[in-house]
Amino acid sequence: MLKLENVSVSYGAIEALTDINLHVEKGEVVTLIGANGAGKTTTLRTITGLLEPREGRVVYEGEDISAAPTHTLVPKGIAMSPEGRGVFANMTIQENLEMGAYTRKDKKEVAKDMRHAFELFPRLAERKTQKAGTMSGGEQQMLAIGRALMSEPRLLLLDEPSLGLAPILVHTIFESIENIRSEGTTILLVEQNANAALHHSDRAYVLETGRIVMEGDSKELAADPKVKEAYLGE
Amino acid sequence: MDTFVQQLINGLTIGSIYALIALGYTLVYGILKLINFAHGDVYMVGAYMGFLIAVYVFGSQASIFNFVVVLLGAMAIAAIIGMAIERFAYRPVRKFSRMTTLITAMGMSLFLEYLFTFIFSGVPKTFPLLIQNDNYNLFGEVTISTTQILIFMIAIILMLGLEWIIHKTKIGKAMRATSHNLNSAKLMGINTDFVIAFTFALGSALAAAGGVLVAQYQPKIFPLMGLMAGLKAFVAAVLGGIGNVMGAVLGGLLIGMAETFVVGYGHYVGIPSTYRDAVAFAILILVLLIRPAGLLGSNVQEKV
Ligand SMILES: Nc1ncnc2c1ncn2[C@@H]1O[C@H](COP(=O)(O)OP(=O)(O)OP(=O)(O)O)[C@@H](O)[C@H]1O
Ligand SMILES: [Mg+2]
Repeated sequence: MLKLENVSVSYGAIEALTDINLHVEKGEVVTLIGANGAGKTTTLRTITGLLEPREGRVVYEGEDISAAPTHTLVPKGIAMSPEGRGVFANMTIQENLEMGAYTRKDKKEVAKDMRHAFELFPRLAERKTQKAGTMSGGEQQMLAIGRALMSEPRLLLLDEPSLGLAPILVHTIFESIENIRSEGTTILLVEQNANAALHHSDRAYVLETGRIVMEGDSKELAADPKVKEAYLGE
Repeated sequence: MDTFVQQLINGLTIGSIYALIALGYTLVYGILKLINFAHGDVYMVGAYMGFLIAVYVFGSQASIFNFVVVLLGAMAIAAIIGMAIERFAYRPVRKFSRMTTLITAMGMSLFLEYLFTFIFSGVPKTFPLLIQNDNYNLFGEVTISTTQILIFMIAIILMLGLEWIIHKTKIGKAMRATSHNLNSAKLMGINTDFVIAFTFALGSALAAAGGVLVAQYQPKIFPLMGLMAGLKAFVAAVLGGIGNVMGAVLGGLLIGMAETFVVGYGHYVGIPSTYRDAVAFAILILVLLIRPAGLLGSNVQEKV
């Protein structure tokens, strides 16, 4: 479904990603783990066209999208919950969700998906008319994911959805990720919480200073001594 | 009392013009965080476009129809010019620092001023009066003119129209989203380049309306007319809270009134009427010292 082929990305003179190869197949949950500054966000930003690869290409469903403007990817079925959540602070929860459905014209279906988002995150339903900027970090995270789902994505990119959340909320978020995948959405999950990410995914890539240093089945990686030491704190 | 009300009416008239220009500053700032220094010059361009239509299409004949066509024509042409400025001057430098865009805007301002001086010379042109002007006595000594009523009405219609666009239409929603968070807006599938161009078109059209209206009130137009009016409207936008649409309107009206009151009453407190142009800047300094966010400026922080 998604393939990065020999992708290198730089910010000016600084190279942030070097020769990245990764793929995500339909129906999978794939996770990308790595320390601060490893290049996880850069990878997602490259996929969504917020950055352009200096070398290599990004292929989505057989089409080269390396140079496609970000806004053209939403109708193709790619949505992202960005790092820092990026909710529209001055808009209400409901308006934020409506923005997620910006490109859609099927009003009835949108209304249905809105109800569905509220089922997935009941906390949002209770606060429909609250301004997003006044919500807690965890609620904003739910909103960012809910908003991304409103475009009916086939590929959902999540950038550190558990960042800064209390353990109980981390659990809620990962549960909803399971729910989303069970409905058939393919997910590429970026996480520093390697433990939870490996536990809730099929395959994983380990990123270190812009390079993929390990990849494989999530269970196997979770059992790997090197991964255990570096990322699972054991 | 009578003079006070009269001053109020005169202040609101010129304030409405400032408000129309201030809206363009605030809209563009809201989306690009750019002070579009060429915006005052777009107001001047609007006045000249209206002048050309009034003189060469309608032979300076007065009629409501002619006035409406002149107004809409000037707004449409200014909208296109505004989009062209964005497309060919600002967009190519947008990826560099904000300072680069700012300097480009100053360059664009000088370019328009001297281009129009070159074409029309620096000598003021007299804008034909398109709607017969009568004075109506309200009470006592207080009068209001047809032109003043016209300026109020059109300013109100345009501002309500803008409110409607921003809050009730799809492109308005996209404008709000883009101004809150550019990258998030892109991730919603919003073509932000189009939204930015549209914003310039809107702001430029409003400024052009201000240019045509002011020319019905003070009919001398000249290539540097946008300099002072633009600066004052910029102060109005800052006073109201730059990026805030209602704030721009409020700021415009307040600056217009402050200036008129200085002319009318300043001499009682030792401020000569020649200081009218300084009022706006005194206000700017006060705002920056006391309430930098402006009257209606919000300080909602984005949570990280
Ligand atoms: N806008 C930028 N300009 C210059 N360098 C950048 C920029 N954004 C990121 N970088 C650099 O690129 C590298 C990768 O950053 P990236 O944000 O992708 O890391 P990350 O894995 O998402 O980290 P984190 O877990 O902290 O979010 C880092 O060294 C970072 O300093
Ligand atoms: Mg990151």
